[in-house]
Amino acid sequence: MAHSNEIALQHPGGESGEVDHGRRRFLTVTTAVVGGAGVVAAALPFIKSWEPSARALAAGAPVTIDISKIESGQMVRFAWRSLPIFVVNRTKEQLADLPSLDPRLRDPHCKETSQQPAYCQNTWRSIKPEWLVMIGICTHLGCVPDYYGQIKPEPFDPHWKGGFFCPCHKSRYDVAGRVFQGVPAPLNMVIPPYHYIDDTHVRIGVNPKGAA
Amino acid sequence: MAAAPDAWKPRNKALVWIEDRLPIFGFLREHTIEYYAPKNFNFMYFFGSLALLILVNQIITGIFLAMNFNPSAADAFASIQYIMRDVQWGWLIRYMHTTGASLFFVVVYLHMFRALMYGSHKQPRELLWVIGMLIYLALMAEAFMGYVLPWGQMSFWGAKVIISLFGAVPVIGNKLVEWIMGDFLPADATLNRFFALHVIALPLVLLLLVVLHLGALHTSGSNNPDGIEIKQHKGADGKPLDGIPFHPYYTVKDLVGVGFFLIIAAFIIFYQPTFFGLFLEHDNYIPANPLVTPAAIHPVWYFTPFYAMLRSIPSKGLGVLTLFSAIAVLFFLPWIDRSKVKSMRYRGAGYKIALAVFALTFIWLGKIGIGESTWIGDTYIARALTAVYFVFFLFLWAYTYFGWEKTKPVPERVTMHE
Repeated sequence: MAHSNEIALQHPGGESGEVDHGRRRFLTVTTAVVGGAGVVAAALPFIKSWEPSARALAAGAPVTIDISKIESGQMVRFAWRSLPIFVVNRTKEQLADLPSLDPRLRDPHCKETSQQPAYCQNTWRSIKPEWLVMIGICTHLGCVPDYYGQIKPEPFDPHWKGGFFCPCHKSRYDVAGRVFQGVPAPLNMVIPPYHYIDDTHVRIGVNPKGAA
Repeated sequence: MAAAPDAWKPRNKALVWIEDRLPIFGFLREHTIEYYAPKNFNFMYFFGSLALLILVNQIITGIFLAMNFNPSAADAFASIQYIMRDVQWGWLIRYMHTTGASLFFVVVYLHMFRALMYGSHKQPRELLWVIGMLIYLALMAEAFMGYVLPWGQMSFWGAKVIISLFGAVPVIGNKLVEWIMGDFLPADATLNRFFALHVIALPLVLLLLVVLHLGALHTSGSNNPDGIEIKQHKGADGKPLDGIPFHPYYTVKDLVGVGFFLIIAAFIIFYQPTFFGLFLEHDNYIPANPLVTPAAIHPVWYFTPFYAMLRSIPSKGLGVLTLFSAIAVLFFLPWIDRSKVKSMRYRGAGYKIALAVFALTFIWLGKIGIGESTWIGDTYIARALTAVYFVFFLFLWAYTYFGWEKTKPVPERVTMHE
């Protein structure tokens, strides 16, 4: 207020003619704090409105899929929460090769617990060894990898034992969705919560009874 | 805008660096701390800043509504229900927008009435008034198109009626109506273009006009309840003796007005969001049906004075002409009213009575316009009121042109009522 001497002349503060700066500061700060709280409270509904709506939440409900028609070695895609769900009926040969790949993988023993439920923290990353149920999204930048199921040399890997190859930035995963070393992707692909309703129906989005 | 060497500089070095290259802080200072407003502003001077507050509210809530709204005839109505029921806090954001629209007109009508009370439209502020009238026009277009978007019964039939007004234009009328709708009745194309105009084109126009309105205001300086020019009495420092800096004095005072306003707005938003069917009409909760017109059709309350004029006149062409003239005549008010005295405090009794009659006429027309109008008497009353509306301007011109007005002496300096 150094530039505004005339204000003090026109509006002397109190009977003494002196401005009570302590009182003025107190009123300014308390007003600003109360007003600031109001602005924050008013902003919250706008921020919350970006969260998934009731419709999106309903669409994100668990889904039941039928796996009876998937043949050995075949992969079928389903959708849950608009995410691609890869379901692979793995062959005995594919499963047999999994342990031999361990030295070439970033996280062969699935130590990163965020990438699969505890009941899938095993060599084949599934409840039943032959059935892989996985969110088919590359952990690098979110592309959907392609399934290269055959055990044969591929242009991107002469020792290929079957698995997933991401077309975006060439990340490679084995047939359990475990990521190879030396590729951009940092983590194994995610296994969603799921359980078997019966031998041919899988419920995606819900843990088995008794599992956390 | 190049700053003089002795111009004010910020204290912070980083800000000085910016100020030397773009004198933005000096500009802000010039229009807040160094803008001197008369010290005798009263209650009627809250509505300008409140209108600005509502404009900001409409833009912010409007952006968030546009994120979930679906501007197609097939999905618009359902997407409003989606906003109301499924989007988190969507109901609040929408009610803030709909309540804001109506309160915008409440505030703007009071703001305009304030100008008539204290002569704020008169020389040297004629252009300020004309820009303000353009804002009012843009606001009416903006509000009308916004009301069409939910695609309820009132949206559809309101659009049909308002667009049909242009059918009264000679020769090209029918072609013009088709062109505006992009179809043979309000349809997908109409809704799409109205959405684009409502969310992009008209808000840009409104913002530009508001900047021009403030620019014109800060050029001539604010009028005041005494209707005298504070710039005519300056102190040795060149500052008006009856002026106080807009900031902090009026920013703080306006905050009090904002507080009261927000309490009223919150009460409506949380407890009476349709405001008894005035802000959101009951028929608009029924999806648009091009085959059935609602039993009681009328525009939202802020258009009903003009609507009452329209439907009381027994001729399509004349009715539309009357409606547009009623708005157009307001543009010429600064030249119709030739009195040298600005404020009604010092004007003749004739002006005060005429202004009161004019205001009551406008309100009464609005009340008739919103009624169901099955009583024939309303038509005759509305015709009489329409005549009174226009006679006001004729009287005002004659009253001031022929010198019939007996004004009181205007004080040299502003008066304070303490």
